[in-house]
Amino acid sequence: MTSNHTIPVAGTLDILRARIDFPLLQELVYGKPLVYLDNAATTQKPLQVIEALEHYYKTYNSNVHRGVHFLSQIATEAYEIARRKIAKFINAAHEYEVIFTKGTTNGINLVASSFGRHFLKEGDEVLISAMEHHSNIVPWQMICEEKGAQLKVIPIDQDGVLKMELLDELLTDKVKIVAVTYVSNTLGTVNPIREIIQKAHAKSIPVLIDGAQAIQHMPVDMQELDADFFVCSGHKMYGPTGIGFLYGKEKWLNAMPPFEGGGDMIKTVTFEKTVYNELPFKFEAGTPDISGAIGLGAAVDYINQTGIRNIETAEHELMQYALDKLSGIEGLRFVGNAKERAGGISFLVGDIHPYDLGELLDKQSIAVRTGHHCTQPLMDFFGIPGTVRASFAFYNTKEEIDALVKGIEFAKRMLA
Amino acid sequence: MTINEQQDQIIEDFSFFSDWTDKYEYIIQLGKDLPLIDEQYKTDDNLIRGCQSKVWLHADLKDGKIYFTADSDALITKGLVSMMVSVLSGYTPKEIADSDIYFIDKVGLSSHLSPTRSNGLLSMLKQMKMYGVAFQAKQN
Repeated sequence: MTSNHTIPVAGTLDILRARIDFPLLQELVYGKPLVYLDNAATTQKPLQVIEALEHYYKTYNSNVHRGVHFLSQIATEAYEIARRKIAKFINAAHEYEVIFTKGTTNGINLVASSFGRHFLKEGDEVLISAMEHHSNIVPWQMICEEKGAQLKVIPIDQDGVLKMELLDELLTDKVKIVAVTYVSNTLGTVNPIREIIQKAHAKSIPVLIDGAQAIQHMPVDMQELDADFFVCSGHKMYGPTGIGFLYGKEKWLNAMPPFEGGGDMIKTVTFEKTVYNELPFKFEAGTPDISGAIGLGAAVDYINQTGIRNIETAEHELMQYALDKLSGIEGLRFVGNAKERAGGISFLVGDIHPYDLGELLDKQSIAVRTGHHCTQPLMDFFGIPGTVRASFAFYNTKEEIDALVKGIEFAKRMLA
Repeated sequence: MTINEQQDQIIEDFSFFSDWTDKYEYIIQLGKDLPLIDEQYKTDDNLIRGCQSKVWLHADLKDGKIYFTADSDALITKGLVSMMVSVLSGYTPKEIADSDIYFIDKVGLSSHLSPTRSNGLLSMLKQMKMYGVAFQAKQN
């Protein structure tokens, strides 16, 4: 590990230079520089994204796909270019395999509802993992209840690693879909999704990957992963809130009924019968989040310019540094000890309640997240009320990790 | 002392704190000093579930006055709970039901009562007043 942390240069990235792109990182909180370590909740936005939104509203705001007029054509083109950028970014085989959604939760609900309605029947099973976010649990529970199907769970060990040795016996003939997260939002565990996809495919079972905590940290390639569905949120990858996307293989998306009915998703409507539009419009009912999609396209450009490999390297270095520094704090224990990890670190200090620690870090201008991180079953598994989670983006510095460590020590003294 | 005099006293105490660390050290100390709720009352019925921290609240009516005991699993929440208990405990149901709790805001801790904070505190305050209303109805 390199430890020259006075010059925050990771790989070929000049982090201090990159930070200038993010206006919010220059803000003061309680009169002090902000240390923003809540990137797994949402990342800050670069000027390029903010300006893309502003440019849209100022110069070509118009509804898409329906107008023959000049502005509508420009807006439609920009919206579809954004889709193309995303398709290229994740190496989708076709642009129309990228469906704009409100975010990861919306994407999973779309698949659970639409796939579930068509393919699930009584006695079938849906296989998820013990470390899923509520958004990859509840939509499946809802459709399972409706269909009389069963939700099954791949268990984890005390390190927060999937018990892969149990996968074969869990992949029964009853399983109709597997839905797992690529990276745990709470533990930072990177799951062996290639192996999961391979094993599921060997039994012709499709796999949905929750990529909300992965796509901003590492390259993802749909042709290489061979995932059937992949869902993401724009705001966790430097894009705007309220926009995300679902990637789905053409064969599945064509076989699935529409999720919502309305404008844009139809070809013809009579009171007797409606003929649905083709992909991707079949799944995009109503006026979409046009500015959001364009902003997300700008975010993808930003990631491409920065280089996802550079981001991965910088964050890996930060992660190692943080693990090393945090483990020096007496009484601190990590929740989740996976070897393969990305994004965030969850921890507890002695018997200090995570809420107390989070509160006192906030007062020191350090933004972390505390609580169950929408993974209550995971907290029950570890028998804890919650954790403190520090999560990173490539723009974080080693100085900020040092500030976190100092902040924790200070809070510890106050609460002692 | 009236409920408002209790609140004014706390506001005056807080006016001596020059920065957040003094303020929070005081709250943490209050949390540590809060007499524990009797274990038999630490039931799910008395539990006010916040997203972040839990609060237990028990109310007793004695000689026409309500006495609260409470607890929380987080120390800072417990300190704030302690202040609320000391402000509202020992008053009649009507006084409690009619009370206007303004000290939290005045001492700069209003963010702790925000619903987004989800620490159980706002629900506890509502629950305390509900006890006032309920015991009042019982008395009439």
